[in-house]
Amino acid sequence: MQYEAIVIGVSAGGMNALKFIFSVLPSGFSIPIIIVQHVSALSDNDWIKLLNDKSNLTIKEADEKEKIETGNVYIAPANYHLMIENDKTFSLTIDEYVNFARPSIDVLFESAAEAYKNKLIGIVLTGANNDGTKGIKRIKECGGLAIIQDPKTAESSTMPASAIAAIQPDYILSLEKIVQLLVKLTQTNPGSYRDK
Amino acid sequence: MAREDISELEISLLLEAVYQKYGYDFRQYSKAHINRRIRNRMALSGLEDVSQIQSKVLKDETFAHEFLQDLSITVTEMFRDKDFYKSLRENVIPILKTYPFIKIWHAGCATGEEAYSMAIIMQEEGLYDRATIYATDFNQHALNRAKEGIISNAMMKEYAVNYQLSGGKESFSDYYTSSYGNAIMNQSLKKTIVWANHNLVTDSVFAEVHLILCRNVLIYFNNTLQNKVQKLFHDSLINGGILCLGSKEGLRFTDFHEEYIELDKKQRIFKKKY
Repeated sequence: MQYEAIVIGVSAGGMNALKFIFSVLPSGFSIPIIIVQHVSALSDNDWIKLLNDKSNLTIKEADEKEKIETGNVYIAPANYHLMIENDKTFSLTIDEYVNFARPSIDVLFESAAEAYKNKLIGIVLTGANNDGTKGIKRIKECGGLAIIQDPKTAESSTMPASAIAAIQPDYILSLEKIVQLLVKLTQTNPGSYRDK
Repeated sequence: MAREDISELEISLLLEAVYQKYGYDFRQYSKAHINRRIRNRMALSGLEDVSQIQSKVLKDETFAHEFLQDLSITVTEMFRDKDFYKSLRENVIPILKTYPFIKIWHAGCATGEEAYSMAIIMQEEGLYDRATIYATDFNQHALNRAKEGIISNAMMKEYAVNYQLSGGKESFSDYYTSSYGNAIMNQSLKKTIVWANHNLVTDSVFAEVHLILCRNVLIYFNNTLQNKVQKLFHDSLINGGILCLGSKEGLRFTDFHEEYIELDKKQRIFKKKY
């Protein structure tokens, strides 16, 4: 299998999108997923627990210096930027807002692009701003794969549309199709994949 | 290698050059962080690669100063994290009240907002006359601003909300005077704060203290450097002294995990064992 990690950037409309994705992604999904969802600085991220309860995968907040493990889904904590080091551990920072956001999608994507190079899948989902556009561009520059939610199917089309305008995405798909593609792209043994 | 790829070698040479010429040691900072700041500087100054930064840093002191500011993070707030300050009042202040005098160290204070927050708490808790707050940073530019204590009214509006939510007992506006769109912190608050240039990476213990606050500074350091700074804190604290870290920081990945008990696990408040 070519890919080692997936990063997802999502904003307005993101709660529904993430709920859908993680209610259908099968357990034993073989590579880690790292997510920036724009939330209020005061959010206590209780929604992560709710998402985890409804999912086959382990979904948790990313910890400072934590090693990224296969089979986990990591979410950026509120009011911190999340970055990935070359040794595949997390760093948090309180640097100024980027695109009026902290965590910012661009900050995660740019560091992930450099850490994983062509072994990274970047996904931009629903959102009402332009965060993620620079980041997905960087992922393409470093040889990664870019998947954008079809703006027509997004609760809020601005963010995916902005990404599409800036790059040549590898795929523009609905959420259902994105999940199918991820399962296919990350199969270690094609043909024998089944939910445990 | 694509031109936009920043070479790790170039970066370590640049950090070595900064250290040897100016004495500031960023060699054990988080690489992702350094990488990002360098990339931003290259875009801002229209530079093509890291070696060009190195050459400019060595020859042009004004540019070098700018670059040091790039690497130094001065983002801070008054009363950031309301639950932390509530816990500080509930769990730490009663301990401090048992001492005849109190020494507090804000390590990496940047522009001083947290030190002023602490001075306010000392005043409200009746500890003001017994307390000395050492507020230190390696960034002299930030320290100078901290000493002035001038904060925009727009920010003060947000801090007033933080203050109220975090258990403030008085009217926040009593602590500053406002003019021309800015607030100036009261002279009485400043009296208890000693501002000093101290570099956590290269300097050593300067006082024995009862309470250390170092919040959202260590996240910028790698594991080795975090350990080194934790040793400095451990050496500086009296037995039973208190260490407060940022809400996402901990001792779990350091050598000092066993040296403290958790006073408030969620708010990352630790007490040094006797």
